[in-house]
Amino acid sequence: MGEEIKRTIKFTLVFMVLLGLVYPFVMTGIANLLFPYQAKGSIIKVDGKPVGSELIGQKFTDPRWFMGRPSAVDYDATSSGGTNYALSNPKFHEELEKNIEEFLKKNPGVKRSEIPADIVTSSGSGLDPHISPKAAYLQVKRVAKVNGLPEEVVKKLVDKNIEGRFLGLFGEPRVNVLKLNLSLLEEIKKHKK
Amino acid sequence: MYSNIELFTMIAIIVLLTKPLGTYMYNIFEYKPMRSDKIFLPVENFIYKITGINPEEEMDWKKYALTFLLVNMVMMIITYFILRVQQFLPLNPTGAKNMESSLAFNTVISFMTNTNLQHYAGEDGITFLSQMIVIVFLMFTSAASGLVTAAAIMRGLSKKTTNLGNFYADFVRITVRLLLPISMLATLILVWQGVPQTFAGKVVVDTLEGGKQTIITGPVAVLESIKHLGTNGGGFFGANSSHPFENPTWLTNMIEMLLMMLLPTSLIYTYGLMINNKKHALVLYISLFVIFILLAVGAVYAENHPGVAYSKLHIYGKPYGNYEGKEVRFGVSQSPLFATVTTAFTTGSVDSMHDSYTPLGGAVPLILMMLNTIFGGDGAGLQNIIMYTILTVFLTGLMVGRTPEYLGRKIETKEIKLIALAILVHPFLILFSSALTVMLKVGASSVTNPLYHGLTQVLYEFSSAAANNGSEFAGFIGNTVFMNIMTGLVMFFGRYITIILMLAVAGSMAEKIPAPPSPGTFRTDNAIFGAIFIAVVLIVGALTFFPAVILGPISEFLSMT
Repeated sequence: MGEEIKRTIKFTLVFMVLLGLVYPFVMTGIANLLFPYQAKGSIIKVDGKPVGSELIGQKFTDPRWFMGRPSAVDYDATSSGGTNYALSNPKFHEELEKNIEEFLKKNPGVKRSEIPADIVTSSGSGLDPHISPKAAYLQVKRVAKVNGLPEEVVKKLVDKNIEGRFLGLFGEPRVNVLKLNLSLLEEIKKHKK
Repeated sequence: MYSNIELFTMIAIIVLLTKPLGTYMYNIFEYKPMRSDKIFLPVENFIYKITGINPEEEMDWKKYALTFLLVNMVMMIITYFILRVQQFLPLNPTGAKNMESSLAFNTVISFMTNTNLQHYAGEDGITFLSQMIVIVFLMFTSAASGLVTAAAIMRGLSKKTTNLGNFYADFVRITVRLLLPISMLATLILVWQGVPQTFAGKVVVDTLEGGKQTIITGPVAVLESIKHLGTNGGGFFGANSSHPFENPTWLTNMIEMLLMMLLPTSLIYTYGLMINNKKHALVLYISLFVIFILLAVGAVYAENHPGVAYSKLHIYGKPYGNYEGKEVRFGVSQSPLFATVTTAFTTGSVDSMHDSYTPLGGAVPLILMMLNTIFGGDGAGLQNIIMYTILTVFLTGLMVGRTPEYLGRKIETKEIKLIALAILVHPFLILFSSALTVMLKVGASSVTNPLYHGLTQVLYEFSSAAANNGSEFAGFIGNTVFMNIMTGLVMFFGRYITIILMLAVAGSMAEKIPAPPSPGTFRTDNAIFGAIFIAVVLIVGALTFFPAVILGPISEFLSMT
């Protein structure tokens, strides 16, 4: 039995080194060689400075920006998670009412019956980078007004940032909020000139 | 509609891969000469040499079971100590502390038993080194353990021999020839789509609004690939596969689902080759897909029709989709599809928060874990399928009034006692521990949602632990000493009792003299058998769990209409 245990320990350590060290390090090397941008977290840089990750939602509260979905972790990317409220939990109803009120207050002229569910519910990760196209269009009027841009121009930005279904079949139509705001920022700069 | 297209595209891909992959696994388990021997044999021989293993050594079922247990024990003990001292070890850019003892106990059992219930948050509870030498390591070895014990059981059922194979050699071969190559390919595809693979740790960015955002990256992709291929399910981050770094696009979502489905489905083909009865395997394959598709369609429908919870808000939507806890890129259809796959194939990764599902949408993953046999995890799933198959044969034998036979061997008292015990362990673990938890204050304080849904949270936690699934109603507070120990024990017994009982059945069947089938033998390779098999799975599941499901999700559903 002692001999057997010794052999098992050796067996464990060999696989630990192979699967837990050699394999991840080799893959890190290959991955960074082939896909250096993605392997490091898809970090977007503006003028050489990192402004966010393409994949990670960012907090936008100022009315001049398009806003993302409510987040249970307040877009703190050192944690993640949802509210985990059951639909039968009274807190779920309170939370949604609060989010709806807030959205209506921030976007004058928008009717309650126009609000899609995604923009007033919290995502699973709390870091959802996307909103639905409808949720983006509803914010066009406000964003245009605050930034002093023509509504048509802002609407075109949204059009351009919609990612549709692949082959018209796979995935969900969506808008990446950070990318949309970055193109908005460019538009503002262009407009100032 | 889109979710149906996705569902049937995936099934088509899986069906295409089943035969080549099932044959490949058959060749691995049967030690057939392969063209790839040139690459793999030197690696395997090297491992045999440095560990001092004799791959030719024969093992009967007892020796095989004992070696399996011993290897798993040693792995748990070593990884336990690593988690307890992890902060003193290198590669800790996020500043994780040493894991508390009950949490480390829970974590190593969780990952060794292929469960991956996580009571820590990946972001700050574990170091990068532990993510690799504990988590990734155990993800590989638990999947390998499940697959090779299934191989031993298949040998016992198909051969007249006491030799079920060599645990070490099986383990080495399945890891080197199957798990590693597929994981490497999957890792690269995932990185291409945006899953990070780096040791940089934290990246601080200046947000557009002028604030700072700290983003945690890490060696995510190597974990993510084996997490799904190995039907493990534990996330690098707390939010698991709903986190954009674990699952950034619709394509990764689909690839992760395909990886979960890949081995459990192909293994049924391997089984058909092993027992030399492909038609029987086909009947099982189709029967399981029938149950799977029905439940998947049901879950998608429920999440697209959340009813009064949304309609009373008077917002846009016809019908309203339940977006709470879901990501926009997956939507309200691909999310419940993922939930169905992850619980049918006993993985436990989640791309949306099941706690916030509609009552019936959340009941689908719960029921799949209670049935615990709709394909199931790598290896362990097939063992449960064989268990239910033998039960079906036994019941039909009673109906016809003959001694039941399976694969040309008589099923007698001894085997049926073992099978009955194996089937009863699962509901006993779930219902007993749920009842205990609800009664005790120390357990009930983990519940965070009111009334019926609160009970569902408890049932879900223990069903997940007993089925070695690992998904959670994440609002449930898992990290208490009581829950760590309770779920730790449930996972342990849920895994090892079943596998050892099934090895015993295989050992006992292997000793019998096979008799050729007579005209009176009940056939197991036609549609009638498939229908009875489905009925047995559903009836045994329904009878044991129906009262609990009524008190939980069904009462919640009725209270909301």
